[in-house]
Amino acid sequence: MKVSALTRSRLIIASTFVVALVLSVVPVPTWAEQFRPDWVGLVLIYWCMATPHRVGMGSAWLVGLLQDVLYGALLGQYALSKTIIAFLAVKLHLRIRVVPPWQQAIAVLVMLAIGQLFVIWVRAVIGKPIQGFSYWTPGIVSMVVWPWVFIILRDIRRRGQVR
Amino acid sequence: MIGADSRPIRTSTLMLRLLLFAALAVALMVTDHQGQHLRQIRSALTVLTYPLITIAAIPARIGGWMSDTFTTEEKLRLRYLSLEERHRIVQARLQQYEALEAENRRLRSLLGSATRVSDRAVVAELVEVSTEPFTRMIVINKGSFDNVFLGQPVLDVYGVVGQVTEVNPHISRVTLITDPGHAIPVQVTRTGLRTVLYGTGDDDTVDLPFLTASAKIEKGDMLTSSGMGGRFPPRYPVARVTEVISDPNEAFLQIKATPMARLQHHKEVLLVWPGKTEPLPVEEQ
Repeated sequence: MKVSALTRSRLIIASTFVVALVLSVVPVPTWAEQFRPDWVGLVLIYWCMATPHRVGMGSAWLVGLLQDVLYGALLGQYALSKTIIAFLAVKLHLRIRVVPPWQQAIAVLVMLAIGQLFVIWVRAVIGKPIQGFSYWTPGIVSMVVWPWVFIILRDIRRRGQVR
Repeated sequence: MIGADSRPIRTSTLMLRLLLFAALAVALMVTDHQGQHLRQIRSALTVLTYPLITIAAIPARIGGWMSDTFTTEEKLRLRYLSLEERHRIVQARLQQYEALEAENRRLRSLLGSATRVSDRAVVAELVEVSTEPFTRMIVINKGSFDNVFLGQPVLDVYGVVGQVTEVNPHISRVTLITDPGHAIPVQVTRTGLRTVLYGTGDDDTVDLPFLTASAKIEKGDMLTSSGMGGRFPPRYPVARVTEVISDPNEAFLQIKATPMARLQHHKEVLLVWPGKTEPLPVEEQ
């Protein structure tokens, strides 16, 4: 089947998001829950950085909404958080692109933490506050796994000629 | 990033788009929080997420299948023996229960009050997926096709598990009594004291706020559902009090309890269709 370059790019990007969404609900023991990286956020940041004309706040909003449904969260909660992350990633993409992955990881942590802040804020408003500091561990784990996510997604982008 | 696309993007409208999508998300949240208007949209979107949930549950399924298939005969034999023993004990207790139920019905008819119809229950299997971090929810493999309804009580063999908070055609979401947004009316079996039990987000702690120092409650007390509010059927065990701290500086007692239901070790839960029940009589202190 012959597909145009645009369709192929879109399919590849969409399938990475699908994988990220599945990874975000794969069951883990309760104690490990707090160490689960924000897979959706990582993939989102990568595509916003590499192909900002293709993936931006619109895609982020939709993926966030799907995450809301998947999580059974308030509709719009993760949509808001992911929109903010996408905004930051698109805004800063030229600056982050040029540095090596381990330095990018720091920027990734900051972006995810800001996104997280909105989730915490929303949950406090609706009366489901989060107790303790464990809410920050996903961001830190995400930072640690970023270089690998970056390398894998870069390979996917190059092989699939996503542009 | 070598080879990356560096086509310029329109940065001038970035802020505008941010405001647009953020406003859209906030509007959605407000509507969703206000009521049940978005139930249809959520259900429609579940069509998209249902395959994702099915895929995500595969590892746990394989794990379960492996542990079922590759057990030794010795282990199975031991399990069989212990189950048989448990069954015998339960059966013996049940004999008494039936006699008590008959007696209860007779007494109720003497009092002229309606008899309590026993509840109907169906076993639902857990779909092993995670939900939002720091909430306590589970997903079960029964939905509106199996007549699951919103607010339906869910139990396990030890006590109250929670209530159904989202119904889709094939799966439903159950909010556990330990979820920070959950509350259930309970009664202390020893004294008849009625109060409300709140989840904390912690798996083995639930809270009983708003009880003053004069409340008749102490460590070890059993809490059962009171049936007030009409959502949970009465007299099912909910939690046991583990700690009562009386701080003179605080207006209320600090009371902690542990849920009776084994919320961590579920493979199956019971969906309950409550029978018609009478509210509990007010017990004189």
